[in-house]
Amino acid sequence: MIVDRLQAVLTRGAVIHAESETRAYECDGLSAYRCPPLCVVLPTSTTEVAAILRVCYEMGVPVVPRGAGTSLAGGAMPTADAVILGVARMNNVLETSYEDRIIRVQTGRTNLSITGAVEADGFFYAPDPSSQLACAIAGNIAMNSGGAHCLKYGVTTNNLLGVTIVLMDGSVIEIGGGHLDAGGLDLLGVICGSEGQLGVVTEATLRILHKPEGARPVLMGFDSSEVAGACVSDIIKAGVLPVAIEFMDRPCIEVCEAFAKAGYPMCEALLIVEVEGSNLEIDEQLDLIKAIARTHNPVELREAKSADEAARIWLGRKSAFGAMGQINDYMCLDGTIPVSELPYVLRRIGELSKQYGLDVGNVFHAGDGNMHPLILYNANIPGQLETCEALGAEILKLCVEVGGCLTGEHGVGVEKRDLMLVQYTPSDLEAQMAVKDVFDPAWLLNPAKVFPLKSSEKRRTA
Amino acid sequence: MNRLQTEDAIAAAIKDASGPLRILGGGTRPVGRPVTAEALSVAGLSGITLYEPGALTLVAKAGTPLAEIEDALTVANQRLAFEPQDFRAVLGTTGTPTIGGIVAGNVSGPRRIAVGACRDFLLGVRFVDGSGQIIKNGGRVMKNVTGYDLVKLMCGSYGTLGALTEVSLKVLPNVEAAATLRFVDLDMPESITLMSNALGSPFEVTGAARCGTDTLLRIEGFTGSVAYRADMLQSRLKLFGSADLITDAQTHAKIWLNIRDMTEFAEHDALWRVSLRPSHAAAFIQMMQQMHSFDYALDWGGGLVWAAAKTGTGDLEALHTELQHNASLMKGHCTLIKGSDALRTTLPAFQPEHPSIAAITAGLRAKFDPRGILNPGMMT
Repeated sequence: MIVDRLQAVLTRGAVIHAESETRAYECDGLSAYRCPPLCVVLPTSTTEVAAILRVCYEMGVPVVPRGAGTSLAGGAMPTADAVILGVARMNNVLETSYEDRIIRVQTGRTNLSITGAVEADGFFYAPDPSSQLACAIAGNIAMNSGGAHCLKYGVTTNNLLGVTIVLMDGSVIEIGGGHLDAGGLDLLGVICGSEGQLGVVTEATLRILHKPEGARPVLMGFDSSEVAGACVSDIIKAGVLPVAIEFMDRPCIEVCEAFAKAGYPMCEALLIVEVEGSNLEIDEQLDLIKAIARTHNPVELREAKSADEAARIWLGRKSAFGAMGQINDYMCLDGTIPVSELPYVLRRIGELSKQYGLDVGNVFHAGDGNMHPLILYNANIPGQLETCEALGAEILKLCVEVGGCLTGEHGVGVEKRDLMLVQYTPSDLEAQMAVKDVFDPAWLLNPAKVFPLKSSEKRRTA
Repeated sequence: MNRLQTEDAIAAAIKDASGPLRILGGGTRPVGRPVTAEALSVAGLSGITLYEPGALTLVAKAGTPLAEIEDALTVANQRLAFEPQDFRAVLGTTGTPTIGGIVAGNVSGPRRIAVGACRDFLLGVRFVDGSGQIIKNGGRVMKNVTGYDLVKLMCGSYGTLGALTEVSLKVLPNVEAAATLRFVDLDMPESITLMSNALGSPFEVTGAARCGTDTLLRIEGFTGSVAYRADMLQSRLKLFGSADLITDAQTHAKIWLNIRDMTEFAEHDALWRVSLRPSHAAAFIQMMQQMHSFDYALDWGGGLVWAAAKTGTGDLEALHTELQHNASLMKGHCTLIKGSDALRTTLPAFQPEHPSIAAITAGLRAKFDPRGILNPGMMT
């Protein structure tokens, strides 16, 4: 019935309902959870998205929006009673203006291909999540995605100027545009990061920047994570704002080195610090950074002398997730902590790791405290996934306890929804759910995500 | 006026309120429709509660004077990079600007074009909603996507969704050196072209404004880098004529303070802020000049038009209506920052919203302030 109604408003081939085909959409990047949807629709325009939502709204059918399906938090995970609305076929560039330094795209376009559309002219789109080759801007907006370079350039919300959003009742709204900052309430700010629960964003206006003249990383090894943490703090206090400060601990260094042979030193903590500019500007900043590093007695201090050496320094870090994946199943968390709590948190993670009997490697964005503990487990051993999840929950609680948060860039999705009360009071969550009440009063859009199921139950079943 | 000292007292005052309240910080920015209601000040909630220079984070109670925050930051050689304005000179107000007031107005100066607005530096808030509930959102870390971002929603809501009680902010290092390139006597469209060119270069311009007939580009950073970029920009922009390089710290600071606070319009009776795409600014101004007489300056590379007028040089009401009408045609928005009470009472100070957006805005207000008692009507 729903399939017939959807087929009636869409072009041929836009509705997928055969079980063998809907299975391709049964999960996202959080593949431990799976459930085939009722059907999948792949519209090509805002008008089609509006038509789809109008049908689902009239029939009271839940809709789960999907970008490229790379969510690590289950943000695009279906339920059996839901229609998956995938924006992957909507990937056109609608406008580019170098004068205004903006690009307007359909949101199915991948993150990296936005840079791809402007890089011949020297421009780029700054937020760079690790999945940038595959992930869609729609999902970046839903999760307010970050990346390694956000210490300098900010995350998605800082680079998003406008959206076309379709509400659950099919109404199409334009918010923001090529200009800066909202006139009234900052609706754009609350839409970004709302995990597809307020509307389906079909078009986005994004800020683009001219590429820096160059960039160069320096690699530093230390014999304790405390010292590495102190070094990060000193660099920031000295007035340098590197474009990225990446941190890896020993378990992670070992695995990455074995996998990528990047020539990393075997030590307790490794930092990759990258700065940008002309050669002269890079030298100016790196001289200062190296001088600071030397006061912390590094076991290794290596500046890239060529593009090839720079690539080698980044190689290990960039292949960290792949390297971990080769030897094990892993769960990647992304809690954020105040940078000053780094040594304590790493020590506690080590203790928890022993207590639960699962190894944890740490690789993360040190400048902004966005941790990425990778818990290694074996999915074929019964009970290990559950142990891993329990350990993950403990680590996230630890992040909140020291003044941080559950998720810095992946989002809550299904994965962390039941931990929300660790960070927020019931009234805090009420205030957030009240926003959804306004945009989607029937709670049909991506309904069972973000909030603890018990907290949202009345609204979802009303 | 009530000068309450704790968040709980603010919560109780709002919960027990029998009528509308005018939420105040330092009261130095009377923007929007005048609200006649009992004043509720958060100025008594004062003090920096946490400052970690190594983590670039500062948390302060909403009533903390901006000057106190700036002093603390200066000691650690850091700053609020979004460069909040002080509107006392231009608005003729007295009092002490507070950090809560700055957040409530999303007050952001010339550096917004390069580093972001106040909303981009706001990491977390605590506030009391219209029912007297204490609510927190965000936190004190730079990356946080846990739940909805009510932090952004509160920033720029002028106390209409809740009374802010505490804010946490990302701060940035101060710079070692700064310089300004001044190009003289360009016509306005040319000036905007120049600024777009500079902002679209790899040389990190942190201010691009036009005041009078001067076009000004600011460069900040390490000493060697500033000199290098100034040099590169001069040769890149030589088609626009030769530029003066201003490196004297005092002169430089004064130039950007004047642009930030728009002190050149202190004697004007009305002042508007129009946010547009830079490429629309020239047409906007030319269209407006055909019908009205007014003065203007440009910031944000032309993306921010400051329009100012005096009583007696024309019909301010008609000018206001026309500015908002044309801003809307160009998909931007126009806010009346300074105007007589009469002007601000009869006309919508904030750009009237499209009905579909107005419906969402009204829905949100009804949720956060069901009795409609927080700065009622201020943003309409």
